[in-house]
Amino acid sequence: MTPESLILGAITVPLAGAGLIAAAHRTPDLREGVTLVTAAALFLMVAGLAPEVLAGGRPGVHVATVMPDIDLAFGVEPLGMLFALIASGLWIVNSLYSIGYMRGNREAHQTRYYVCFAVALASTMGIAFAGNLFTLFLFYEALTLVTYPLVTHHGTPEAMRAGRLYLALLIGSSIALLLVAIVWTWSIAGTIEFARGGILGGHASNATVGLLLALYVFGIGKAAVMPVHRWLPAAMVAPTPVSALLHAVAVVKAGVFAVLKVVVYVFGVDAISGLKSVDWLPFISGFTIIAASVVALRSDNLKRRLAYSTVSQLSYVVLAAALLTPLSVIGAALHIATHALGKITLFFCAGAIYTAAHKTEVSELDGIGRRMPWTMAAFTVGALSLIGVPPAAGFVSKWFIVSGALQAGNHLAVVVLVASTLLNAAYFLPIVHAAFFRRGASDAHAAHGEAPWPMVVALTITAGATIALFFAADLPLALARQLVSGPAG
Amino acid sequence: MISSHLPILLVVVPLIAAPVMVILRSGTAAWILAIAVSWAVLAIAGALFAQVAGGGHLSYFLGSWPAPWGIEYRIDRANAYLALLVGVVAAVVSIYSPRSIFAEIEPGRRYLFYTMYALCLSGLLGIAVTGDAFNLFVFLEISSLSSYVLIALGRDRRALMAAYQYLIMGTIGATFYVIGVGMLYLDTGTLNLADMAARLSSVSEPRAVLAALAFITVGVSLKLALFPLHLWLPNAYAYAPSVVTAFLAATATKVSVYVLLRYYYSVFGGGAVFQALPMAEILLALSLAAMFIASTIAIFQDDVKRMFAYSSVAQIGYITLGVALASATGLTAGLVHVFNHALTKGALFLLLGGVALRAGSMRLGSLGGIGRVMPLTSFGIVLGGLSLIGVPATVGFVSKWYLVQAALERGSLWIAFAVVASSLLALVYVWRFVEVAYFREPDAKVAALREAPVSMLAPAWALVAACIYFGIDTDLTLGGAAAAAEQLLLGAK
Repeated sequence: MTPESLILGAITVPLAGAGLIAAAHRTPDLREGVTLVTAAALFLMVAGLAPEVLAGGRPGVHVATVMPDIDLAFGVEPLGMLFALIASGLWIVNSLYSIGYMRGNREAHQTRYYVCFAVALASTMGIAFAGNLFTLFLFYEALTLVTYPLVTHHGTPEAMRAGRLYLALLIGSSIALLLVAIVWTWSIAGTIEFARGGILGGHASNATVGLLLALYVFGIGKAAVMPVHRWLPAAMVAPTPVSALLHAVAVVKAGVFAVLKVVVYVFGVDAISGLKSVDWLPFISGFTIIAASVVALRSDNLKRRLAYSTVSQLSYVVLAAALLTPLSVIGAALHIATHALGKITLFFCAGAIYTAAHKTEVSELDGIGRRMPWTMAAFTVGALSLIGVPPAAGFVSKWFIVSGALQAGNHLAVVVLVASTLLNAAYFLPIVHAAFFRRGASDAHAAHGEAPWPMVVALTITAGATIALFFAADLPLALARQLVSGPAG
Repeated sequence: MISSHLPILLVVVPLIAAPVMVILRSGTAAWILAIAVSWAVLAIAGALFAQVAGGGHLSYFLGSWPAPWGIEYRIDRANAYLALLVGVVAAVVSIYSPRSIFAEIEPGRRYLFYTMYALCLSGLLGIAVTGDAFNLFVFLEISSLSSYVLIALGRDRRALMAAYQYLIMGTIGATFYVIGVGMLYLDTGTLNLADMAARLSSVSEPRAVLAALAFITVGVSLKLALFPLHLWLPNAYAYAPSVVTAFLAATATKVSVYVLLRYYYSVFGGGAVFQALPMAEILLALSLAAMFIASTIAIFQDDVKRMFAYSSVAQIGYITLGVALASATGLTAGLVHVFNHALTKGALFLLLGGVALRAGSMRLGSLGGIGRVMPLTSFGIVLGGLSLIGVPATVGFVSKWYLVQAALERGSLWIAFAVVASSLLALVYVWRFVEVAYFREPDAKVAALREAPVSMLAPAWALVAACIYFGIDTDLTLGGAAAAAEQLLLGAK
């Protein structure tokens, strides 16, 4: 298949899958099968694009001209390729996990869940392969709207409140700030196509660049830079597979992906490095990293702790992007991949613990490692990855980010990263310790084992992938390098 | 041979249909005739739009009396665009109307509804294509009087009060307009708009011209429901029959915007209005007030139709904001939103008509869970709501983009933020509907409802589909708006 049809297929196949899932409403096993087949097909199509991108090709498709000079168009470049591979690959695993979770917890509205998931993945692919700011914005908004039913899945008043906050913050920031930034970029640059080296072309004054960057960073609410981060802990009210794939991988990574893409392809890393007006970004992201980690430390609810950990880790990517050096940009791109793997593992474990033992708080997890060894082993791997300990993948991206901070001469950033590492250890390692080395309180649920097998298989796969990526980091590294130095690679 | 008379046929065909309907006295015959007339009007408007697409204008002299003594019908890209819009809306609404009207109006009076509809259509088209100031007043009154009757035909007893309120305010508006025309006539000695434009430059009493401008502005602003002269609109839209609300929301105020623009640009000359006078600042302030205040009021409404009526006042604020920005981009933004908002609000009110037919009540409180029993209707309302918010891939987004761009071109970042901030208010009231429709359990009354009939759902969804289609393929709407803006900025040539 030609690259162009692969790109269009990456958008249309999940949409078609959504239709088939809805049609298979009455036969749950067939319906779940459709999800798995669609996810596998999507991954194969996305993977099919990788060789061309690695070789330096940049395939693209022009779909329609919406307004003069504003097109609905796709274009694949290394960062988008990396993001798409991660999201589509993890969808397969997450679908397996969802089957175990939704059936294990006897959830209602399962068809709506799987349909919205498929459409959400189509939107994610649209973001990953967007060739210009308009297309990015279109699929970005679509992703917010289609994940709303997933966040409010349970329909409880708490879920509705969370859903309102989710929408208000994400659509509010995107329309109030991001849209203005995009139109402003267009009126300055005359184009909104992504281009290496940036498109502002020096037409914007330093103050304008600073303000524009602020509009982008805070307008891309999915990157959860404080104070536009509150939607993420609120969204934890959703079923855990939603939190796992969307709020550890697809939605949040779409946010930091968009920030990184804007920095590289709209502003241009070299074009804005050295400008005083962009100096504030490392501070804001550094603050987010530390503040979110502190809140995580003080959260007893496991999913809330993981949510704030995600807020913190997302700002690793933003900080790395803000440092504007080749090494830090590579680190940012890699961290999108490594954090995704580590975090999805952790969320899978949280969901498994809830399904098997009905426990949600960290303080309840004493001794659970005895009863759920596979789960807690995977949790340990995920935790090590987020702390940045080899042989987990998180070490690789952290290495590049710290190197980038040293390259930029930003010692405050190094301090922030070190402090954050310690904080990560402080809020993850005690969980591991309590799970394996403390005796659990005997209670009615004492007699439980592992979660349903699809869930355990899924979390073992992602934990294994987290370790495997440490040893086989070639592919992500190659894509990240091309991001910095161009197709010559 | 017919093609040379198209300009007048546009107005005459619906005008003649009205007495024919009275003679026939049959609701069914009237309805068939209404559909035929509406589609004929669409065809004629389309032909005229195509004819002037390349620029220039068509002149038609009534009774072959030459201008400036005779009445001239003058069609250029600006009013062809409006005529096309009215034609599209009429075509869709006419197909929708029978099922809805037959439920809301008793058999003996149905032909009267269609008579008034034909007169209103004729009036609106007459306003759009005429080149004579007093002829415009005649058609303004024809369309206004017929819309008062149309509104009064609503089922709710308050429809009569709403119609009366609109009658008083509308008559004041028309009176102001005709006083303004009178002053212009005294100063220039002509009623032909093009001739007036030529003579205004050499006028001996400039203050009378300014007074005329003021009177015409106020008069037309009442008709276009510019804040704070919008007070008739919420009641009129809420209590009128659903078909009437959809038709008027999509056409009447839009045609009034055209009248304002025609006077500002073609007669007075844009430069004189916006540079010599603070008209831009006044319009800007009133538009911003409309955008924010009306949207906020909409959030607190319990009646869905009233909610969307206030939303219309806010959206008209966007149109006048585009006008106030007084640049090619701004004018294009305002004009494209004329079309886009007509499509959006037309779709929304037609869908709400389906809800009115089935559920009987328009109170949000009694519509809980309607998303489950009327899925197509509810989803259509959600899509229309997304267009009001300005989500990409809807027509609303195109308008917002151009408005923000026009604001940035002027260097007014704060206006750009005002536009997007007020869009977020739309998010609040659209989401009220979403939560009521999809996240509440239907009570016994709602659970027994069925989806709206196909004859109503199909035209409504045609407009919803148009909202999405023209949000992606903007050649017709944006091209037409840009051409219309260009034509207006050229002045009266």
